Amino acid sequence: MIVALIIRDARRAYATGGSTLIVAFFLLVATLFPFAIGPDATLLARVGGGVIWAAALLAALLPVERLVGPDLDAGVLDQLAVRGVSMAAVAAAKTCAHWLAFAPPLMLTAVVAAALLDLSAKTLLMIEAGLAIGTPGLAALAVATGALVAGLRGAGAVAGLVMLPLAIPLLIFGAGALQDGSGALKLLAAVSLLLVAGAPFLAGAAIRAGMD
Amino acid sequence: MLRFETVAGARGGRLLFEDVSFALGPGDAALVSGPNGVGKSTLVRIAAGLLGAQSGRVTRNGQVALLTEAHALDPERSLGKALGLWIGDRANAALDVLGLGALADAPVRILSTGQRRRAALARVLASDAKIWLLDEPANGLDSGAIEVLETLIAGHRAGGGIALTATHQPVKMIDATVVTLGMMR
Repeated sequence: MIVALIIRDARRAYATGGSTLIVAFFLLVATLFPFAIGPDATLLARVGGGVIWAAALLAALLPVERLVGPDLDAGVLDQLAVRGVSMAAVAAAKTCAHWLAFAPPLMLTAVVAAALLDLSAKTLLMIEAGLAIGTPGLAALAVATGALVAGLRGAGAVAGLVMLPLAIPLLIFGAGALQDGSGALKLLAAVSLLLVAGAPFLAGAAIRAGMD
Repeated sequence: MLRFETVAGARGGRLLFEDVSFALGPGDAALVSGPNGVGKSTLVRIAAGLLGAQSGRVTRNGQVALLTEAHALDPERSLGKALGLWIGDRANAALDVLGLGALADAPVRILSTGQRRRAALARVLASDAKIWLLDEPANGLDSGAIEVLETLIAGHRAGGGIALTATHQPVKMIDATVVTLGMMR
């Protein structure tokens, strides 16, 4: 059931254009920065890595209100619950599906964004390594946030307020890896691992509370 | 076995019913009736374990199949595939029984309310669950489909299954325990 749920959610994200939207938004945000700070290649190269990380974070936030809420409304979570599937397992499956739906396209698009920002191959490599390590944590945080705001009025806006502060450690260590190298990457991995391990339990509890 | 012992149910902090007791064994059925807003759906959700009882005790032995207003079928997928998520390759056979075999390739979003209800009923039918919990199963169904529903419930009971139906519409269930809920003051 869990594998079927992962396939269903990931397929739906690609089929309904959710993944395309994330990638387009990511690219748009990354493209806006050169317009805002000017065409100074040295400056762009210096801030470009951070720009890509901020864009990735904002892009990951986009589908948050659609990750859990619609399934709660449609009775999908009720059907899973009566089959004995724990809501923490559902949240873990949704984390996995969300990661599949946004991280690989984002990492591919990061190459284009890096070219637009005139980043070096070494910087791009560090960004890709950081995204590979940090995006599972982002996905877990997104699903937990989606579970917390499911059923709320103005869920999208609330989701931003909940998720962005919690994602700051990922942003700091992800962007920091571009200066500090492997030390920051290790800290990024620790934060990401903590989120992947812990957030599904928080999300599961939030989903159960939302069923009441 | 499904047993309620002096169960009280609440929703949103409001007490809806209290002191509800009944016991259902193999082949038994219960018909939960009452006007809108008295807690019929809440009682079904408590029976399913989705909600906790305010007080009292609920005992449930056996797997549960649940039918509610929310059909839990992906609107963009074909009916056969949407149902297949839940019951695998038994979907087509179950759809045939409910008279929806010809619509297996149709997207769920184009189906009528009654057809979606019948599809959700197909999911219940194809489950291995001994306890069927049906919340307003006759909503949106025409008279022919209601007869099919009654036949399916009778067949399930004949096989040793338990059926609990919450409805404000007449659904024939022979020798069913009637649980009537009223407005709390």
